[in-house]
Amino acid sequence: MLVFYTALSNNMPQLSTPQPLPPGPFLVNTFPASVQAGFPSPAEDHQVERIDLMNQLIKHPQATFMLRVSGQSMRDAGILDGSVVLVDRAIKPESGHIVVAVVDGDFTCKTLQTRPDAFRLVAANPDFADIVPTEGQTIEVWGVVVASIVQHGT
Amino acid sequence: MLALVDGNNFYCSCERVFQPWLKHRPVVVLSNNDGCAIARSDEAKALGIKMGAPWFKIRHFEEEAGLVALSANFALYGDMSDRMMTLAAGLGHAQEVYSIDESFIDVSGIPGDLVRRARIIRRRIHQWIGIPTCIGIGPTKTLAKLANAIAKSAERKPGSYPAHHAQICHLGACTPEELHALLVATEVGDVWGVGPRIGAQLRAQGVHTALDLQRMSPAATKAGWSVVLEKTVRELNGVPCIEFEDEPPAKQQIACTRSFGHPITELQDLQEAITEFACRAAEKLRRQNSHTGHIMAFIRTSPHREKDPQYSRSASIPLAKAARAANVLDGHARFSLLEKSDDLLVGKSCGLHIRHSPKLADFVPSIWYGSEGAGQGNSKDIVPPLSIGCQ
Repeated sequence: MLVFYTALSNNMPQLSTPQPLPPGPFLVNTFPASVQAGFPSPAEDHQVERIDLMNQLIKHPQATFMLRVSGQSMRDAGILDGSVVLVDRAIKPESGHIVVAVVDGDFTCKTLQTRPDAFRLVAANPDFADIVPTEGQTIEVWGVVVASIVQHGT
Repeated sequence: MLALVDGNNFYCSCERVFQPWLKHRPVVVLSNNDGCAIARSDEAKALGIKMGAPWFKIRHFEEEAGLVALSANFALYGDMSDRMMTLAAGLGHAQEVYSIDESFIDVSGIPGDLVRRARIIRRRIHQWIGIPTCIGIGPTKTLAKLANAIAKSAERKPGSYPAHHAQICHLGACTPEELHALLVATEVGDVWGVGPRIGAQLRAQGVHTALDLQRMSPAATKAGWSVVLEKTVRELNGVPCIEFEDEPPAKQQIACTRSFGHPITELQDLQEAITEFACRAAEKLRRQNSHTGHIMAFIRTSPHREKDPQYSRSASIPLAKAARAANVLDGHARFSLLEKSDDLLVGKSCGLHIRHSPKLADFVPSIWYGSEGAGQGNSKDIVPPLSIGCQ
């Protein structure tokens, strides 16, 4: 980055000669000009955008939220305690989707299984029982899990 | 034709998306430092909690009615607002974001059934981000706003308006008789642009409903009231007078204010608050590339505690030179406010208002600094000095 100084008023001191600053306004200006030094980069014409993980994972940016999972109930699906799941609310939930559902006001992450007459939420861990809606209970699917992120060794 | 898309009880609705157990409970969101209610769920409104009600006055509902009060989480609301705005934009071909939860959409020339289109967008916003909205459509901003208010009331208070206007109301598609009935059912004070004071004056003159206001002569309104109200009358008659602004104009006024959690009694606390506000205000000024020629600083005791001794001081500070540097604003505000304050200093809230200086030519800089990217030497681009420790 080279900086050019220009004097915009006539009563400015010559910049090459050291002088005390004037008492009044004093304008110093820069121009964004750069001068290449050395051999030009052969890669310059071949630059592409770096892979953006978010772009790869998220189809509906407005409808996608990140939630952190706690507990081991989805262990066998690769979603561990502390995993972050990307939840897309724009996708219509279908049988077999891993979903985030609201049961009695609380979030839970399970696999959705639907039949023509009923549905249940199934854990990916034999230690956890299926969640079957009881009489009068409403279970709401909040969104569909499209990816899960497990961080290792940190 | 314009549409106004508005999130219902926006802050409360945002909270409910991530705390589903709040559904069907009375919820309020409190202002900074948990001072007063700035958003209320329908259930909280039903308890009679008014907008801006101080927390200590409504606190008893916690035990009596299961009221849940939440501290405002503006980072969350801002993000949800972004998402909502981009989805709402799909309704038409231009958008004016009017506030954190409202945007006007230009839908003129859009073929097909507008109500159906609005219903699809509304359903998508609800499905994708979980925020319930109401959409009002009309030929002018005032009518779109009115349609929106009708859509909300028809949903929340059955019987106030015909039920088919709930959630989505298209005034442009109403027959003259229907429109007449809707205007009769709307109080004049509920029309956009009619504040409580003007509303009372209008009622005193026999103007009670939106229809009465619509039938006023524009010329007489201008002569007897103001140009602003004249525009409202014209807009109610379908004549657009308020411009559609795709690009937000620079703010004419910037306010940074806050109520303290506890009354402050120490000078140092006050100074710190002022410095913080000066930094924030300066940042906002620079972001919109403008300067200020005027600062107003104030401190006062809580107006809600009527029994306590009341104290209020403010300082209006014209600047000799337009400025936008935090240290300049801070210095002036501190000096002037402290000069006016006496020893008895028990403040509950304080703040800074700064006024945008319209003419940049008035700006006579005392120090100009060059910086990278200062480009064409335009004074707008020059970054002013900052006091250390502010940013």
